[in-house]
Amino acid sequence: MTPPAPAAAIEAAVREEWGRLLSALIAHLGDFQLAEDCLQDALESALVHWQRNGLPQNRRAWLLQTARRKAIDRIRRDINFRKKQAEYGQLIELDNAEQDGDPNSIPDERLRLIFTCCHPAIDEKIRVALTLHTMGGLTTREIARAFLVSEDAMAQRLARAKRKIKKALIPYEVPDDDAWPERLESVLQVLYFIFNEGYAATAGDVQVRTDLCDEAIHLTRVVQALRPEEPEIAGLLALMLLHDSRRSARSDGDGPIILLDRQDRSMWDHDKIAEGIALIERTLAKGRPGPYQIQAAISAVHAEAGRFGDTDWRQIALLYDALYKLQPNPVVALNRLVAVSYADGPHGALPELESLQDALQNYQPYYVTKADLLRRAGRTGDAQAAYGRAIELTSHPKEKAFLQSRLDNLPEN
Amino acid sequence: MKYIALIYSNEADEPKPGTEEFGQYMQDYQNVSAKFNEDSVMLGGEALEVVSTATTVRVRNGKTETMDGPFAETKEQLGGFYLFECANLDEAIKYAGMIPTAKHGCVEVRPIMIFD
Repeated sequence: MTPPAPAAAIEAAVREEWGRLLSALIAHLGDFQLAEDCLQDALESALVHWQRNGLPQNRRAWLLQTARRKAIDRIRRDINFRKKQAEYGQLIELDNAEQDGDPNSIPDERLRLIFTCCHPAIDEKIRVALTLHTMGGLTTREIARAFLVSEDAMAQRLARAKRKIKKALIPYEVPDDDAWPERLESVLQVLYFIFNEGYAATAGDVQVRTDLCDEAIHLTRVVQALRPEEPEIAGLLALMLLHDSRRSARSDGDGPIILLDRQDRSMWDHDKIAEGIALIERTLAKGRPGPYQIQAAISAVHAEAGRFGDTDWRQIALLYDALYKLQPNPVVALNRLVAVSYADGPHGALPELESLQDALQNYQPYYVTKADLLRRAGRTGDAQAAYGRAIELTSHPKEKAFLQSRLDNLPEN
Repeated sequence: MKYIALIYSNEADEPKPGTEEFGQYMQDYQNVSAKFNEDSVMLGGEALEVVSTATTVRVRNGKTETMDGPFAETKEQLGGFYLFECANLDEAIKYAGMIPTAKHGCVEVRPIMIFD
C-alpha cells in the first residue's frame, strides 16, 4: 500500500480509468445509467478508502469490483428485482469468479462504448456530449461549460440520450462489416468535432477549449490503439497532432488568431509534428487513402516547411485534387484554389474562385480567401469590398479585428 | 424487441396506378414482405387508404368532434406500417431501410413501449 492519497490524486486516477471501467460495466449491466450510477458510487467509496489507506496497486480492478458490488446492491433494492434475476445472477457469478481470478484480465470494451455513443440514431450534438461524458469521464458541468449551455440543459440532453439508448435498444456492439464504414465515419466526425471546437475557439473559455483538443487527441489515441489497422483512424489522429502542434503559435493571448503565413514556427511543437508525420507516412504506405489521411498529409507538408515561403504548394494542390475526388464539395475546391494561388500566383486562381461564389454565398472563409487573393493581385478596390463582406460575416471579435487590420493596411489605389 | 416502422411519403411522389412504375412498386413491396417473413421479423403490416379518406376524431367537454382529414396537414403523410420483432435498433433500421417507400419518402422507426 502507498501512503494516503489526496482527493485530487484519487479523482485523477478515477478519471484516467473512467471510460474503461464504464465500458466494462455497461457490458455486464446492459444499462448506461445504472452503470454510471454504480461507478459514481465506487468513486465515492474510493475517496473514503484511498484517502485512508492510499491508492491500491490495481485501481482498475478495485473500482470495477466495487462498482459491480454497488450494482448488486442496487438491483437487489430495485422494485423490479424479479425481472432482473438474470443480470443479478450473472453479476454474482462474476463477483465470485474474480475472487481468485486475475484482476488484470478486464476486457477493454471502449470500442463498443464509443460506437454506441456515436450511433447515428442519436442527435449529432448529443453524440459529442455523450462521448466526452462516457469515454472521457468529463462531468456534466465541464461539458456544459465547454459548449456554453447551462448544466441543467446539458444534464437533460445526456439523460435523453441514455433513455433513447435504453428504450430504442441501440445495441452495445461494434458494428459488423456492412455497417462499419458509415458508423466509423460517425465516430470520426464526433472526435474531429470535439477537436475543432477546441481548436477553432469560436467562443468560450480558452482553457476549457484547449482541454477539448487534448481530450479529442486522447480519445482518438484510444480508438486507434483498439483498431490500429484502420487507416482513417490513424489519419485523423495524425491530422489532429499536426494541427495541434501549431496551437501556441496561433494565438498571442488577446490578439487575433495568427494564420500560417505569420506564425513563429519555432513555437510549433516539434514532438507532435514528428509523431504526426511518422504516423501519416506509415499509414499512407498501406495504400488505402481516405479524406482524413489526405488532410493529414496536407498538414504534414505545411509542417515540413521551415518558413512560409518554403511551403511546397504544388504538392498541397495535388493533395487537394485527390481530396476533391473523394469529397467533391465547394469548400475543398476553395482550399485547393488557395494552394494553386500560391503555386502559380493569384491571377490564375481568381476566375475559378468567382465560379464558386454561388455555392459559397454566405461562407465567411470564401470572402476571406477572395479578399486575400485580390489583395495579393494588387486589386485594392475589389479587395476592399471582399474584406467588407468577410467582416460582416465574422462573429469572433479577434478575427474581426484581424480582418479590419488587413483592410486598413491595404495600399492606396 | 418490437418496433413499428411508420411509412411516410408525399402522395404526389407515389407511383400512379396503371403505370409501369406502379407495377414495379407493388412487386417491390411483395418481395420485401416475403423477405421479412422469411427472416421471421414481421409481426404485421398494412397499407393505408389515401389521406383524403382520413377522419379525425376528438372528444372535448364530453362532446365528440369529427373532422375531415388527417390530424395534421403536412406534406408527408402516413401511408402504411410494418410491425417488426427485432434484436435491436440496428436490425430494425436495416429492415426499415428495405421498405420501398424509403427511397422517396421516409420511414420512422419507433420502439413499442414496454410497461414495467
